[in-house]
Amino acid sequence: MSFSTLSPAKMSIHRHRKRVNVMALVLSLGAMSFGLFWLAWILFETFRLGLGGMALAVFTQMTPPPQAETGGLLNAIAGSMIMVSLATALGTPIGVMAGVYLAEYGQKTWLGQVTQFISDILLSAPSIVIGLFIYSVVVAQLRSYSAFAGILALALIVIPVVIRTTENMLSLIPNALREAAYALGTPKWKVISAVTLKAARAGVITGILLALARIAGETAPLLFTALSNQFWSTSLADPMASLPVTIFKFAMSPYENWRDLAWAGVLIITLGVLALNILARVLFRNKQ
Amino acid sequence: MDVRVELPTTEKVKIAVRGLNFYYGSFHALKNINLDLPERKVTAFIGPSGCGKSTLLRVFNRMFELYPEQRAEGEVTMDGEDILSKKLDVSLVRAKIGMVFQKPTPFPMSIYDNIAFGVRLFEALPRVEMDERVEWALKKAALWNEVKDKLNQNGSSLSGGQQQRLCIARGIAIKPEVLLLDEPCSALDPISTGKIEELIHELKTDYTVLIVTHNMQQAARCSDYTAYMYLGDLIEFGPTGELFMKPNKKDTEDYITGRFG
Repeated sequence: MSFSTLSPAKMSIHRHRKRVNVMALVLSLGAMSFGLFWLAWILFETFRLGLGGMALAVFTQMTPPPQAETGGLLNAIAGSMIMVSLATALGTPIGVMAGVYLAEYGQKTWLGQVTQFISDILLSAPSIVIGLFIYSVVVAQLRSYSAFAGILALALIVIPVVIRTTENMLSLIPNALREAAYALGTPKWKVISAVTLKAARAGVITGILLALARIAGETAPLLFTALSNQFWSTSLADPMASLPVTIFKFAMSPYENWRDLAWAGVLIITLGVLALNILARVLFRNKQ
Repeated sequence: MDVRVELPTTEKVKIAVRGLNFYYGSFHALKNINLDLPERKVTAFIGPSGCGKSTLLRVFNRMFELYPEQRAEGEVTMDGEDILSKKLDVSLVRAKIGMVFQKPTPFPMSIYDNIAFGVRLFEALPRVEMDERVEWALKKAALWNEVKDKLNQNGSSLSGGQQQRLCIARGIAIKPEVLLLDEPCSALDPISTGKIEELIHELKTDYTVLIVTHNMQQAARCSDYTAYMYLGDLIEFGPTGELFMKPNKKDTEDYITGRFG
């Protein structure tokens, strides 16, 4: 029997299915290349303009006054690192614990559902709203911009992201694993800490890295909280420079040396966020 | 159902079930079960899917309590003590009544720690004794020779059959008095199944073993007593030889001869 001897009705359905198949493939390839085109353009421009301003001085000198001969972004890079790492350190335990509560304790309870709802709202809240909120409850009360206020604002962005990923990763753990741990007489906190959370570890760490990558580029929550600082400062009680805010300030200025530094800053952030994303993917893939 | 629950007087009763009813929400899954299970013997539970045999097993270690919509009514005693009593800490019940599940579930830790995990919950053993215990459990589960050189590797790096024997080793390492096996061989190849059946045979010198199985030959091969269940009822219970050779009930005969089920 040959394959072309199928009845005409069957062959017609077969040809139609093949046409649909080709159409779907063309459409999805089109959508992919549309997205990739802009992404590639952004990366290209970032490198083209960023490499121009890149010099060793970027990493060794403070932000310069307008039209200065030299200058760098050291205080902004350090400020970003301090605030991003402290915000992650503050937000991660809260987010992980809340995620554990939602996945392991609060399912189907009133408190759990309310917590989840609020966390989801916080997740999609515009970051400028969070910046203004911290401005009104911390900065306005203390009558001073501070790195501390910036850390609080960034932590508020970290928390819902970590809650969501922790909860999702924990609910992917099969119940059979929990039952096996309970079957040995393991108390609940031990089942969670030693078995389920450990099994979900790669996913949770990935979530934390992605949250870190997100706040590394946030400008709005820092504008009204940490403000910026032209000088080197590590005091959490004083305004602190950060890369995004410095870029914002420098990029819109009429001074060429500032604009070059802004592009260098953009390149540094882009590469940093890219590295975090790749690290997160590698970690997650190794686990699978 | 009127079922003979008396055991021969030569047997000591380990677990006694009286008037047990079980509900998944409003679904009545076990109907007035009365049963005496003999100590240091293997009892097999057979019956078609959904007959309640796994449900019954999950009552014995109160595993159902993890799910709020499930509840058991009636009395289950072990050595005369009510194990369903709310006053009795469920962890203590589970330390005495271990369970091995259908699918292997290695914990995300080393082979060694998989075994030591449960032991550490109730015993603070010095390193040397813990090493001995791990070796003892792995030898009992016929896994020692395959893993003795890679105790630090992750448990999930083992094959399916090895993982299941690891789970059995984990279950016996805490030295329970009763071991519940919920279709422990259904995901295994014949060689691993053979090893586990040998193990079950050996285990009954120390433990009371209750095994749920879909495999009639397995029930006939490795159990001393067999209970046949259908739609939540205990239909027949007796010594395995008798139940398989001359069942009292027509239903039982139809099931074990494959005419139904």
